Amino acid sequence: MKILIRNGRVIDPASGRDELADVAIAADRIVAIGHVPADFTPDRTIEAGGCVVAPGLVDLAARLKEPGPGALESELEAAAAGGVTSLVCPPDMDPPLDEPGLVDMLKFRARKLSRCRLFPLGALTQRLQGVELTEMIDLTEAGCVGFSQAEHPVKDNLTLMRAMQYASTRGYAVWLRPQDASLGGGVAASGAVATRLGLSGVPVAAETIALHTIIELVRVTGARVHFCRLSSAAGVELVRRAKAEGLPVTADVSINSLHLTDVDIGYFNADMRLTPPLRQGKDRDALRAGLADGTIAALVSDHTPIGNDDKMLPFGEAVPGATGLELLLSLALKWGNESKLTLAQALARVTSEPVRVLGEALGSLGQSAGRLVEGGVADICVFDADAEWQVTAETLRSRGKHTPFDAASSGTRMPGRVRHTLVAGTLAYSAAAAPGPGAA
Amino acid sequence: MLARRNPQLNGHGELIHLLSIEGLPRAVLTQILDTAGTFLSVNDRDVKKVPLLRGKSVFNLFFENSTRTRTTFEIAAKRLSADVINLDIAKSSASKGESLLDTIANLSAMHADMFVVRHSESGAPYLIARHCAPHVHVVNAGDGRHAHPTQGLLDMYTIRHYKKSFSNLTVAIVGDIVHSRVARSDIHALTTLGVPEIRAVGPKTLVPGDLREMGVRVCHDMREGVKDADVVIMLRLQNERMSGAMLPSAGEYFKSYGLTEEILALARPDAIVMHPGPINRGVEIDSRVADGSHSVILPQVTFGIAVRMAVMSILAGNDA
Repeated sequence: MKILIRNGRVIDPASGRDELADVAIAADRIVAIGHVPADFTPDRTIEAGGCVVAPGLVDLAARLKEPGPGALESELEAAAAGGVTSLVCPPDMDPPLDEPGLVDMLKFRARKLSRCRLFPLGALTQRLQGVELTEMIDLTEAGCVGFSQAEHPVKDNLTLMRAMQYASTRGYAVWLRPQDASLGGGVAASGAVATRLGLSGVPVAAETIALHTIIELVRVTGARVHFCRLSSAAGVELVRRAKAEGLPVTADVSINSLHLTDVDIGYFNADMRLTPPLRQGKDRDALRAGLADGTIAALVSDHTPIGNDDKMLPFGEAVPGATGLELLLSLALKWGNESKLTLAQALARVTSEPVRVLGEALGSLGQSAGRLVEGGVADICVFDADAEWQVTAETLRSRGKHTPFDAASSGTRMPGRVRHTLVAGTLAYSAAAAPGPGAA
Repeated sequence: MLARRNPQLNGHGELIHLLSIEGLPRAVLTQILDTAGTFLSVNDRDVKKVPLLRGKSVFNLFFENSTRTRTTFEIAAKRLSADVINLDIAKSSASKGESLLDTIANLSAMHADMFVVRHSESGAPYLIARHCAPHVHVVNAGDGRHAHPTQGLLDMYTIRHYKKSFSNLTVAIVGDIVHSRVARSDIHALTTLGVPEIRAVGPKTLVPGDLREMGVRVCHDMREGVKDADVVIMLRLQNERMSGAMLPSAGEYFKSYGLTEEILALARPDAIVMHPGPINRGVEIDSRVADGSHSVILPQVTFGIAVRMAVMSILAGNDA
């Protein structure tokens, strides 16, 4: 199959390329950008006039487990509709990804769907119980790109240190969400809003104590650590200092923490029940600045599809999380616009930079994923940067319909609409062909 | 993000649900207090009934047990001639796995006109108000740590009754503020009604510094907290806080924050002592103070009936 994407504004954040050009694709590769050979005869031509042609998005945190069977199909479809061509899923599936067979099966099923590349994180400990290590070598051979406890704590610092030592023996990355378990039991961020609403709080110290501990263990073990979903200004500062010291750490932030604060909880809106909890304005500002200056490498959707029964509950009883795969591009662009960044700078946080976080774990794909290069893989997102849309349940393909950015409660106008998504040179999503209001 | 309209008020600014004192204008609070005044005389009559809620069904939905509060709501509704149905849901539907909203849908189908809700989760009455039929009114009878607005209002009625005006008062609230829905409702009501000095008194585990953002002065010393106060509101110390990581013991708490005659002597000579009940004698309050001349703890209970009658009659008169 040969595809020609015509007249688009081609933006490759990694190289800084930003120009009107045609892109020629043959099989799973980009064969030409700009000077397309005269004898290139496409089977299909995509008219991209007025649109941006960018690398497919790489999302470092998307859950696929809920709700119910068929979730993988719907959520990978949602990824494609959101322009996401590679996603990393944490190991807290049911059962947890602690055996190579489970990883094989998941990767096999995802490949058959050919909507989005799936990169699982393996469980750091068996059944995520935080006690015994998993078979990390076998899990890596099965396709795991790192090891994580998801939201589960490690039993104690000795076990965490051993896990980091063992992982670093082979150069495997350990992905941790920094949160002290005993301080993390609340349902909202500690502060004036939680106090006023009578909601139990999670203090900033829950994040900073965990960061101090893990950073010290990085010094001791030399392990490569990725911090998942920072939530506080103090957390950003600790990561900034660790990076300045030359420690092998990286970090990401969720679309929710980047755009919202605890004030948005309003009158106990359970769509704002999130992990980590939304913090204060100064935290959001620091997260935005940290993402802009590179302290935080990547913006993630933190996609967590949650059914109605688990959200139509009092705030504290509602299951934390929100849908996000289909919002990632728009919320990256929104942040970029508001921060006066170029399109290329905003896109880098959801394309080339997350690929750098994954590093060697991607193997040969790491050379071209998240980029647009001749000879590289054709993972591409074509979007209309000037189109605006509003999030409603009907516009989402994900089974998770709950999001803080729901038009009815937030009125948020979302910039940018995905028109086409290509994964390995194959059309995984096309707005024109897709049924429903999402095509508009 | 857009701020959603205050769910307690209709388009004309009239009260349709009572969920929290926060966000209610002073005029609405004053209307409730004035209306309560007219009901006090009903309570003194031989026939203690007025027909304002005749033919209406009031459902007391107590997802968390509270005999006392439920009884006062029941008496208030009956004095307004309403039909009262008490549902002790802590022991029935919820334990059978029925969801909160399914319970509400079922009861709405039974043509309820008003839900009086107590729930252990902060914000639960907001969820109910958002999802019940439009003609149904919701009264929050205590949700988690968040709010207990009728208690707040009866406290305001009591203060106004004895002090006549709110404009020059110093009010000290003593005890477990962080876990107290009564304290939150009192603070919002006192702030809205213009009380210039509100003090929150207790150890740092029970009175954290961010309470200052609610407009109160935080005092960790009992003497400083009570000094020259016109009103001292003592909060009940729940059993589960009396030992463990919040406090070492009830005895040490009483020594530091118990209200004794000696401490009360630091307040103004005409100070009143209030307590939402039930009181723990010898834990937060000395018996001599609880039973003494400054105590208005029992009048609070009487006023509570009138205030709840006022709230229910005002709600019944307003349409969504």
